[in-house]
Amino acid sequence: MISVQGLTKRFDSTAVLDGIDLEIEPGERVVVIGPSGTGKSTLLRCLNFLDRPQAGTITIGDLSVDAAKASRADILALRRRTAFVFQNYALFANKTAKENIMEALVTVQKRPKADAEARALEVLRETGLDNKADSYPAALSGGQQQRVGIGRAMALDAGLMLFDEPTSALDPEWVGEVLDLMRRVAEQRQTMLIVTHEIQFAREIADRVVFMDGGRIVEQGPPGKVLDAPSDDRLRRFLRRVGQ
Amino acid sequence: MRALDLDYMIGLVPVILGYVPLTLFMAVAGMVLALILASLMAVERVIKVPGLDWLVMLFISFFRGTPLLVQLFLFYYGLPQVLSFLTQINGVTAAIMGLTLHFSAYMAESIRAAIAGVDRSQWEAAQSIGMTQGQMMRRIVLPQATRIAAPTLVNYFIDMIKGTSLAFTLGVTEMMGAAQKEAAGSFLYFEAFLVVAVIYWIMVEALNQGQKRLENHLNKAFAR
Repeated sequence: MISVQGLTKRFDSTAVLDGIDLEIEPGERVVVIGPSGTGKSTLLRCLNFLDRPQAGTITIGDLSVDAAKASRADILALRRRTAFVFQNYALFANKTAKENIMEALVTVQKRPKADAEARALEVLRETGLDNKADSYPAALSGGQQQRVGIGRAMALDAGLMLFDEPTSALDPEWVGEVLDLMRRVAEQRQTMLIVTHEIQFAREIADRVVFMDGGRIVEQGPPGKVLDAPSDDRLRRFLRRVGQ
Repeated sequence: MRALDLDYMIGLVPVILGYVPLTLFMAVAGMVLALILASLMAVERVIKVPGLDWLVMLFISFFRGTPLLVQLFLFYYGLPQVLSFLTQINGVTAAIMGLTLHFSAYMAESIRAAIAGVDRSQWEAAQSIGMTQGQMMRRIVLPQATRIAAPTLVNYFIDMIKGTSLAFTLGVTEMMGAAQKEAAGSFLYFEAFLVVAVIYWIMVEALNQGQKRLENHLNKAFAR
């Protein structure tokens, strides 16, 4: 069970997250949509303290962290229960595809190297990149890099996978393969929190769609309801703008 | 004008070459120690440890702001008068110490700049998988910063090799000291110092070749 209560993030005096409450069931796939600059990415980044929230409580399983007084150990523990997929892939540039996936397993989870390597190769097979195991990120296409990025997150077996606009930086030709991989991850009943502008994709895989505006959750529910029968005006306007 | 005494020069080459190992020892030892010290200071400058930051800045400021020769004299001739346990210090040790401190100040600045040049996304990716600050630095940031800093660091190493010649002023018989002694006997100063100059030159050129290989190696991950 994942629970977020009163999560608040201010940059200077502007509240980017204005007291977010969110509960996510294990295996649930939640897609966050909303206009640019409404705090969707900040929500994800605050959940593992890439951005530090000023207030709120984040609970993942038996770990509960009070943002106002989170210690370094709390933050590490939280990060070790989440896996993050970045918009710009953020693969380790000095490591091959395989090493990118192994890194957390060896350095953070302290698994034996052979073990980690086997897991990395398994993940690379799942992402269809087993022939790229020894390639460095610079030699991979955007789509391939993001698939490795997702593979790196998959290998962690974290309680919660966070996807921060994983297809926004991609050339259109690579979007399909990345969404395909995310569908396969979703089929494994991973708990996923996804920020995306791909409304069609949200409709397809989300158990729940969350609409954010102005640092708050304005409306949420099953995709059929939120996307097809929205009750909030701002949500209706947003959906019209993105062509739904 | 007189002709160069080529026979004398050729005879001198093996004598001076015999001191190459000492020169390299001082330069390599100085470089290794300076790299360690500079990396520590650079990391400190980036993460800014309270109470340590001003000390590091003072250190860098002093050792960049004063000549190497003055620093060597301070260590070798000056400090033992104040700190009695240093009276046992020999010239080679003092030279390595001086080179280390002097060059670490310069290298700290270029490593700091290189660390700042590592893309922010690399830090965030390392943090996101739960690495500690130390793991992130050691495994992700510093290896990439090394690539950025490598050309500058090799330049400092070249400077350091040439800087070892100042150990001669601390009474160390290295390449320069040996040439000086030889020339004092033969009065063929031009020949003796020319031999030394050419040997330094060849060493540095060999290093330049090594630098190209090093850069190719470090760029391996970034080739498209």
